[in-house]
Amino acid sequence: MILLVRWLYRRYRRAREANAVPTSVVPQSSSPASASAASRGLLALVLHQTRFDLRAFMRNKQGRYFTLILPLVLLVLFVGLFGNNRIGPDHVKASTYYVPGLSALAVIAATFTNLVISLTAQREGGVLKRRRAAPVPAWVLIAGRSLTAMIVSLATLTVLLAVGRFAYGVDLPASSIPAVALTAIVGSASFCALAYALSTQIHAADAAQPMVQAIVLPLYLVSGIFIPNVNLPGWLRHLAELFPVQHLADGLHHAYIPGQGGVVWSDLAVLALWAAAGLAIALWRFTWTPATTTV
Amino acid sequence: MNTIEQSRLEAKNTERESEPHGIHSAIAVRGLEKHYGDVLAVHDVDLEVRPGEIFAFLGPNGAGKTTVVEVLAGFRDRSAGEVRVLGVDPQHADATWRDRVGIVLQESQPEPGLTVRECLQLYAGYYERPREIEKTIALVGLEEKADTLGEHLSGGQQRRLDVALALIGDPELIFLDEPTTGFDPSARRSAWAVIDGLRALGKTIFLTTHYMDEAERLADRIAVIAGGEIVAEGTPRTLGNRNRMHTAIRFTLPPDVGLSELPQSLRPLAEENGRGEVTLQSEAPLLHVRMLADWALARGLDLPDLDVHRPTLEDVYLTLTDHRKER
Repeated sequence: MILLVRWLYRRYRRAREANAVPTSVVPQSSSPASASAASRGLLALVLHQTRFDLRAFMRNKQGRYFTLILPLVLLVLFVGLFGNNRIGPDHVKASTYYVPGLSALAVIAATFTNLVISLTAQREGGVLKRRRAAPVPAWVLIAGRSLTAMIVSLATLTVLLAVGRFAYGVDLPASSIPAVALTAIVGSASFCALAYALSTQIHAADAAQPMVQAIVLPLYLVSGIFIPNVNLPGWLRHLAELFPVQHLADGLHHAYIPGQGGVVWSDLAVLALWAAAGLAIALWRFTWTPATTTV
Repeated sequence: MNTIEQSRLEAKNTERESEPHGIHSAIAVRGLEKHYGDVLAVHDVDLEVRPGEIFAFLGPNGAGKTTVVEVLAGFRDRSAGEVRVLGVDPQHADATWRDRVGIVLQESQPEPGLTVRECLQLYAGYYERPREIEKTIALVGLEEKADTLGEHLSGGQQRRLDVALALIGDPELIFLDEPTTGFDPSARRSAWAVIDGLRALGKTIFLTTHYMDEAERLADRIAVIAGGEIVAEGTPRTLGNRNRMHTAIRFTLPPDVGLSELPQSLRPLAEENGRGEVTLQSEAPLLHVRMLADWALARGLDLPDLDVHRPTLEDVYLTLTDHRKER
């Protein structure tokens, strides 16, 4: 399965590189005729930023592995481990349980883990500071990077759903698609805001990876992503309910329960609350300059 | 107090009376102060940079160079004083102002995951009327690296990419914070060629450095900062009264010739170090060398190690910054 995905990806890259040759011979934006993104308005500027952030993301091997490949690897492993036993609070098949659960993990990997690490590295490396020296509005940079994370998040989620459907026969009822999409979008936005918030508390580039893993791994464990949380003691389940991971996973799980589906508004509300808190901290504490400064 | 400091104070006093200030300057700074907590990093700094000139800001590490640059570039708020950069207070700068200013920061890594050309395409999008990308790549001499990822460039090439990114918006004023620190000699030469190219484009350049040869080679005017204060200001020729400093004429007398045998007018200038090595502190080196030569030739002396040493900018700089440390 993974080999197939990798093979498809390589083919896509080769095709793109083959296409890239003629375009680089005739440089597009350097011709005086084409107006700059900034002169075409703010929306054009956001899309311009997103285009380059997305390209940079796709070239990052580590980011690609942890966000695109790892959720698939985990899906194969967990379904392999638990076979077609019925598990979880709703007694669904292991595959039906793990497709939405690992979709939540994929969303968090793309919007939270990856974003915290890349933001901290770019801030400490002076990349953010240099961008701020240009006449580009701060919110355009933030919107472009967040949009990139959301695109990656939704793309990975789609791949997971497709693999679940075709490899394991996990059916997502058509009526549940809007609920899955809405939950994923709200969850992605919420974890982007939380990434901006957390990055303000990390003052060295090499601290980002351990810090973010120390936060997400325990939450994955108690939020029903790796193991169904019905087996957990009550206090741990209640603790998990305070955090957004549980609610993203729950919202996505719900869509797959036969005969149910639909949006779980209480989960979305908690995600939105965390988004607001993250946004507030980010607006209050976010800086463009490295934590270490010279006189 | 030396004459330079005196004239500086006088200039400051007259300038303070004439308002408004800094209208025709690219950069005008008066009484700039910056504290970090209780530490006074920069004290009472006055600067004026005229449009189209290359202004070098010299000083040892930790003297306050980067603080001043970052205040001027709008990255740090000042504690006191008046600052105008292109007529605008950088503390309240907007996008229109940033469109006119280019900044090369001291430590900045390349954009991760983008090639040289893509970095420039990204930044070109930020400006209203960017320069042409291929021409800008050529200006910094990275044509052959245009499709190389930024992180795969050498240190010198990364700095040149930085310069290209600062130029892509076609700014009027460019800040270069220690653009050649850590370069090997040939990389420095090519960076200097790039800066010469900017001069030819009519840009105003504010350059910080701790290399004397760099300032001497590039700058129209120089200010020296030490311990957070400006200790001297002038052209490379006149800085710290360099043009009026004594030239040292050094030679070794043969063992059988005494100091008293020198021509009468040279004797008061001469000092001997006990090993027969004589130094003449000369205000008129051409005349004194000739007198010495005539005297030596008449006696059939060779003076094989004769050396005439005009004060270098480095001598001036070390005097200025050492004097500062002792206080």
